[in-house]
This record gives sequence, C-alpha cells and structure tokens, in this order.
Amino acid sequence: MQLTTKASWLALLSVLVMAPAHAALNVLACEPEWEALTTELGGDKVKVSSATTALQDPHRVEARPSLIARTRNAQLLVCTGLELEVGWLPVLVQQSGNSRIAPGQPGYFEAGALVPRLDVPARVDRSEGDVHAAGNPHIQQNPHNIALVSVALSKRLAELDPANAAYYGARQKDFAQRWDSAMQKWEKQAAGLKGVAVVEHHKNMEYLMNWLGMHQVGTLEPKPGVEPSAAHLAGLLAQLQRAPARMVLRAGYQDGRASQWLSEHAHIPAVVLPFSVGGDEQSKDLFGLFDSTVQRLLEANK
Amino acid sequence: MKQNRMLAAALSAALAAPYAYAAVPKNPASSAAIAAAAELAALRAEISAMKQAYESRLEALETRLKQAEAAAPARADSQLAGATSGSSASASAQSGSAAAAVAGAAPEAGASGPASVWASQPAPVAVSASAAANLYNPNISMILGGSWQNLRQDPQQYMLQGFIPSGGEAGPGKRSFNLGESELTLAANIDPHFAGQLTFSLSGENEASVEEAFVRTRALENGLNLKAGRMLSGIGYLNSQHAHTWDFIDAPLAYQAFLGGQYKTDGVQATWLAPLDQYLELGFEAGNGAAFPGNERNRNGAGAYAAFAHLGDDIGSSASYRAGLSYLRTAAEQRTFSDGGLEHSFSGRSRLWIVDAILKWAPDGNSVNTNFKLQGEYFRGTEDGALDYASATDASASGAYRSVQSGWYLQSVYQFMPNWRAGLRYDRLDSGTSRYGLVDSGVLGWDKLPVLEAFRPRRSSIMLDYSPSEFSRLRLQLAREQARAGVTDNQIFLQYIMSLGTHAAHAF
Repeated sequence: MQLTTKASWLALLSVLVMAPAHAALNVLACEPEWEALTTELGGDKVKVSSATTALQDPHRVEARPSLIARTRNAQLLVCTGLELEVGWLPVLVQQSGNSRIAPGQPGYFEAGALVPRLDVPARVDRSEGDVHAAGNPHIQQNPHNIALVSVALSKRLAELDPANAAYYGARQKDFAQRWDSAMQKWEKQAAGLKGVAVVEHHKNMEYLMNWLGMHQVGTLEPKPGVEPSAAHLAGLLAQLQRAPARMVLRAGYQDGRASQWLSEHAHIPAVVLPFSVGGDEQSKDLFGLFDSTVQRLLEANK
Repeated sequence: MKQNRMLAAALSAALAAPYAYAAVPKNPASSAAIAAAAELAALRAEISAMKQAYESRLEALETRLKQAEAAAPARADSQLAGATSGSSASASAQSGSAAAAVAGAAPEAGASGPASVWASQPAPVAVSASAAANLYNPNISMILGGSWQNLRQDPQQYMLQGFIPSGGEAGPGKRSFNLGESELTLAANIDPHFAGQLTFSLSGENEASVEEAFVRTRALENGLNLKAGRMLSGIGYLNSQHAHTWDFIDAPLAYQAFLGGQYKTDGVQATWLAPLDQYLELGFEAGNGAAFPGNERNRNGAGAYAAFAHLGDDIGSSASYRAGLSYLRTAAEQRTFSDGGLEHSFSGRSRLWIVDAILKWAPDGNSVNTNFKLQGEYFRGTEDGALDYASATDASASGAYRSVQSGWYLQSVYQFMPNWRAGLRYDRLDSGTSRYGLVDSGVLGWDKLPVLEAFRPRRSSIMLDYSPSEFSRLRLQLAREQARAGVTDNQIFLQYIMSLGTHAAHAF
C-alpha cells in the first residue's frame, strides 16, 4: 500500500519535472520576428512563442512572471542580443533556474551576432543616450539579415533536435528559396526609394534604410532612448525647412504625437511601419512584414 | 573565382563571426548531412552572380579587411576557423548574403556624413589590447541618492507607538539636506557553476555596511536556484528589492515596524520554479536570525527560517500580476530597546505572515508611455516570550509578553506620460492589545511603557517623480503621518536617485 503511494508520488514528481522535455522543441523567441522565423524553419516540430509583441518596445519589457515561467520551460531562446534585451532577459534567465538557455549554452541563440552590424559606437557613454556597445540591435529590418540568421537558426534547431535535422534542413532550403525571390521582388519594388531622405523616431530603422538605400537626416529623439522634446523638434523642423525629408518614420509601438507634430509642420507624411511580425494587419508573417513595410514606404513616397 | 569565394568567406567571418563563436555548433556532424549537392551548386551559382555584381565593392572592402586583419590577426584567424568548421554550404550562403548586405551598407555610410557614429565594423574593434586585461573584472554599478526633507515634528522624537522599536530604520529620517545611501554593487560570474554579487551601502553618516554579499548557482536545471551569503530575503514583495527601486522614498510602515525596514538574512536560500505555464515559485531560507525581529544569539544551527510562495500570470495582453504568501519564524534573546530613558528587553519567539500582491498594467503591455501599478501587502506578526522591564536597574522586573499585531499598505503608481509618474500610498498599522504579565498583575501600568501603549499609526503619502532617463529620477513626496497618539507630522521630501554603470535588469 505504502509502496504504491510512494510510486505514485514518484510518478507525479517525474511528470512535474520532465513534462516539458519531450514532444515538440520548446522555443521562446524574444521578439516576434524570431518567433515567425522559427515557425518557418521548425514547422510543427517546434512549439514557439514570443516574449514580446510588435506593439511593445523591445528595450523595455517587464520581466513578468509569465515570461519567467516560459523561460523555465524553454529548450531554446532565440533573441536578437546586442544588448537589446539587457533590461529584462537576464532576470528571466536567472530566475528561471534553467541553465540550458543561459548565454553561451546551445539553448541560447543570438541572432545579432550573425549579421554585419551598423552604428557600432566609437564611444560608449551614457551622455550619448541609450547606446548599444555592440551596435544597433534592430537587425530584423533588413531581409538579408533574416536570410543569414535562418541558416544558423536551422542548424541550431537540428543540433538541439537531431532526430528532425533533415526536416529542419529541408524547411530552411524551402524558406531560403521563397525568401530570395521575395527579396528580389521587394528590391525591385523599392528601387525608387533609393536616396530618399527620412526622419525617424528612434534609431531603429537603420537596417531598413541601409537595405533600400534611404538615408536618415534626423531623429525625433534628441539622443537614443530620450523622449522627443519641444526644443529638439523645433530645431528639427528648422533643419527640414533648409533640407527637406520625404517622410517621418516610426514603429507601431512608438508614441505618435511627436511624429504627427512634425508631419503637420513640415508637411511630410508620417509613416507607421509594422517593425515586426504582428505590427499591422498585413504583417502576419515575415513575408507580410516586408510586403507591408515596402508598400507603406512607397505610398508615402508618391 | 576560387579566390573570390575565399575572400567572401573571410569577409563574412570577419563581419559576422565576432560573436558567432557562441552560435557555431560544436558538432556539425548532423547538420553537414543537410547540405545536398544540388543546394551547393545552386548556392555557388547565386554567389558568383552576386560576386560579379559587387566585385568592385568587395575590392574596397578587401583593403578594409586587410587593415582589420593587421589590427587583430589572431582574432580573424580564430573566426575563420570557426566559420570553416561549419557546413561549407551554409558558410558560403552566409558569405553571399553578408556581401550583399554589406555592399548595401557602403554607400549609406558615405552618405550619412561625419556627424553620425557610423561604423559597420563588428564590435570587437572596440576591445583593444589594453581593455583585454579588464575583461574579467566584475560589472560595477553604483547608486547615488540624496534628499532634502522638511519635517514638522522633531524626527528624534519619532516612534511607531504600540510596536517594540526595531533599532533599525524607522521614521522619516533627518531634517534638511541628507545624503542618502550610496550603493556600490560588484557582480560577475565566478565560473560555469556560480555567480557572485557584493553590494556595499555607504550611509550619509560615513558608515559602510555590507548590504548584500552572496553567491548563487547558475548551472542548475529544473527551475532550481540556490543562494548563500547575505541577501535581501525573498519574503513579501518589496523586501527583495533594493531601496532605490521603490516607488516612494521610504519603506511602508509595516516594513519599518515588523522588519526594521528591510529583512536581510545571512544564510542560504533555495527557490524552485514549477514547470508550469503559470508562474509558481516556492522558496525556503535558513539564516542566522541576527536581523530584527530576531537578534544575535550565539547559538549553533539556524536562528531563522523563512518560506514563501509566489504565483503569477498575465491577464490578457495588457496586465499581469504576482501574488505571494510568506512566513518568517525567528527568535530573540535579550533584544533590547529603550523607552523613556529605561532599557527593556524581549526574549522569545517571533513569527510573521505576509500576504502580498502586485498588478501591473500597460496598454498592450507597452509600458513606455503610460502604465499603472497597484500593490499591497498585509503583515501579521506574533511575539511570544518574556519582557524584562528596566533591565539593570533597581526597578528591574520580568513578565510574560505576547503580542499579535498587524499592518498593511496599499499603493498605486500611474505613469501618465513618458518620464512622469504620480503615486498614492496609504499605510496602516494596528498594535493590537499586547498581554504583559506585569501589567496584568498590576505591578506596572502601560504608562510606564509609553512606546507599547496600544495605537494604530497611519500615514498617507503622495508622490510625483520625473525620470529624464532610465538612469535618473527626481521625486517630490508629501506625507501626513500619525505615528503616535495626538501628534501629526507633515513631511515634504525632495529626492534624487541616479544609477551609474552597468544597466541592471529590474525584477517584476
């Protein structure tokens, strides 16, 4: 009798401890673009969720209890890195008691390390605002970066789940083909955007502009991470009157007031870009994200 | 052609790999199988097309690469080795895309002019040879704080009537300008298994103290974390948070009365996170029990035990909560306090229950513009033992003492626009009716122990703070406090809190 009780306790304990370890590979993406990419590459062999949505500023996310729970059960973290998640991810990793996904482990995948980075500061000092020593972390805005990351992410999935290695490889190949032709399409569509001058809210569109040959002539934030001030906006407006820009860009999660003000006073369209998957109606996956981004830019440039 | 491919590989390695050593799989055996011959051919064709298109750009980049290689030959070599150990198909695929992406970057870098801090080189160029010697130094972060206070009542007369004085932090502090506690934290990973942290606290009275000094495990699995050393106990909600992250300048009255401000323990802590979709954390602590409500007892074994459970989850996409239940059990021996010029002391058991809850809300979970926070805690403490009256005097006497006391606070903070927050807090304590043998037998009246006369202290506080960045905060706080019978104190505080050094992540 007692033995049975003991056995059932043991069974319960092992269920509690081992529960998340089988079936689909449990992936927690830090940002929705990596959730989408993991879905492209992992199909139904992975169970993936994103810690943030496109409507949240990825710099500033609360280390919520639910995220700690999801981190605890994850077998793979897919994050941008480059200090983007420095304000919350360390808390999740530490409190999760899950060493598999700590930085440096196979369960931690840092996408930002795989791409050529922009805006690597020559000087790191807080008086410059919220600068990232490793470079601008908003790398998902250039589809070539997505292509680079997809190769390495597919390999990582295969490494963690060798039984499905061939499946991940095949899906990556398929994705790469579709992605390449989509990139050609977008580049063709956006050819007219080359050389277009824009103002952006935060320095988070650099990779996009870099890709399409657009260039930034000012930001609404006086320094990265510092809220737009009236004085700074007035100065920006004066500058635009001398050297105009075609549009003012911001991501869906950013407050629209500064951008609207500039739009009205400088008579240029204010463009809200989806920024990540889920950022607007059309951005249901990575393809939709860039379809929508290019389309919105083209409309504003008419 | 072959040379071009090598160049592209080197280029991709130099540009993409500086941090990729973390990402390059150690055992590529399984992934190598993926590379089909057909894929290789297709990729090669694609790359050669790209190569031709970007030939001139590549040449320009080659000279830059050579410069970079001259600067750090060893680094480039190791990266190359890393890249070639991967599957050759994906390595060349990467180089193709990298070349395209970088080529796109080149004209942009030129166009943006000298005003911006463009540099498409990878980060490691910043890690110079001289910096390498410092790479293993702990992260340093520092908190500077100070305040100006206007208090209507003399803070030296302050007491929380009905509660045995903790000897710790109670009351609004001193009048006029005050240097707050400056904190210096050093933290680093020790080895693959442990991480450590030391936090000094430097008070305005020129006293240095060890606020926290602990080591913790970092390689355990299954949701387990162990910690040893001096640490802020995990009981309650606010207790485990450093004072500089609090939303008001001072601790709630319940913390001041029951824990002497904040409960720090020298001991060990184990926490376990259940493998559920919902957050359920269980924690257990054993400590020496030297901190109030315990005291130094010169005994073997543990002098204090604490246990806590936290439960939390999201409510939709905009809100999340955490609720907790904690229990602290400790004991005191000749824990002295003075009242009306006499020294008394308590010996006996001390138990404390805390119920805490916090709810945070932000539209779509984006807390940058507006957010709201509601938090409250309820304390219930019991002390059971003997109280020595007027120790070491002729009037000295001893009697049994038992108290059941409670307290709570409720506060809300609303960020109504970026950088600006307003908050409201209400504190309430209930000293209950203590039983004291000497009073019951008629030897003494409560008037001989004015600090223990039954009372219900209360306080209302409002605050407004402005944070120009995540690293600086300026605060105005007004409070109206009735800590003892018949006396109302009006308090005005102005405070600054600044955070220097490494960007420390904040807990929920």
